Amino acid sequence: MKITRTKAFRVFFTPIWESNPVSGQILGICSALAVTVQLKTAIVMSLALTFVLAFSNFSISLMRNYIPRNIRIIIELTVIATLVIFADQVLRAFLYNISKQLSIFVGLIITNCIILGRAETYALGNPPFLSLLDGLGNGLGYSQILITVAILRELFGAGKLLGYQVIPASLYAAGYENMGFMVLAPGAFIAIGLIVWLQKTVAKEENDGKPH
Amino acid sequence: MENLISIFLNSLFVGNILLAYFLGMCSFLAISKNLDTATGLGFAVTFVLAITTPANWLVYHYLLAPGALSWAGLPTIDLSFLKFITFIAVIAAIVQALEMIIDRYSPPLYTALGVFLPLIAVNCAILGVSLFMVEREYSFVESVIFGASSGIGWTLAIVTMAGIRQKLRYARVPKGLEGFGISMIIAGLMAMSFMLFSGITL
Repeated sequence: MKITRTKAFRVFFTPIWESNPVSGQILGICSALAVTVQLKTAIVMSLALTFVLAFSNFSISLMRNYIPRNIRIIIELTVIATLVIFADQVLRAFLYNISKQLSIFVGLIITNCIILGRAETYALGNPPFLSLLDGLGNGLGYSQILITVAILRELFGAGKLLGYQVIPASLYAAGYENMGFMVLAPGAFIAIGLIVWLQKTVAKEENDGKPH
Repeated sequence: MENLISIFLNSLFVGNILLAYFLGMCSFLAISKNLDTATGLGFAVTFVLAITTPANWLVYHYLLAPGALSWAGLPTIDLSFLKFITFIAVIAAIVQALEMIIDRYSPPLYTALGVFLPLIAVNCAILGVSLFMVEREYSFVESVIFGASSGIGWTLAIVTMAGIRQKLRYARVPKGLEGFGISMIIAGLMAMSFMLFSGITL
């Protein structure tokens, strides 16, 4: 059997493109917008979220047969909050400046609908290994959008990527100016709207090309 | 007093938690299709914010902050790393209690807000405002004003959005942009207009 046909492979790759949690299912956009002024913060945020999502899925799936149905939300929130505290402490210890810039948005991973959503719909009904992969896949799907938006915003807003000047000085001399608008909040909304438009159009053409 | 007014105006417009800090986006996009439900949710969020923000202020300053436990004879303890899990627990408990109290004493209010209350417990706007309150080191009175005015700002944004989306039904939107895409672009334009209030000083 080819690797692309296995269930694990599909669980991992579907959320990255086809049913992307941010642009496809409209979950967890709060933070997708707020931390994307710079590529660096976006990458750190993506790592933190992927970590929390993968391990919350994994541990909830391990306990899935013991969780009483009517208090499951509280249990899920406790697991998620514990993992978020862990991620926050690690960021504070090793990447203090970035954790200051992310300010409250690391804490808000707790209420990110992607995590609770995956725990509810996937981890409660599937074995630990698949849940871990599902968490990783959704985390990467989220990261992909986050990083795309961040690249757009940092490139056009500040002319830099990861803090390095990308747009050459000669272009500025020729009259090019940074688009200050992209750094502000409205720029994020509009950038993500356009990305969704692009993704939907591309996905539609792919579907049209296939025989039904 | 001036300080309080400027917190109020700032969280209403320039620092609008929805349009400047993107808090509560999920319910903003899901609920803003209908003007009545949007208004209901807006009031529920304002109500809950005005109660949970000061409550979390008390919890943080008397239990969690560095040195906060000195009244119990433990001045060296710093529990602030527990703030995420404590805040979310306080919010969930308050929302649950509110739901029961409203159900018992005010049935009309319950029919108006009841459906939204459980949704609100995991709304990132509520947790976000409490975390901002800690990060910006507000005093107790400031946290009351900040909580309430953030809620009003959120309501303002969601009601406006719902109004625009109702009119949008008659517009011809490009295929791939329908739904989510166009809502984001409208939100972007709204955020621009809200930012015009920046620079107003009292």
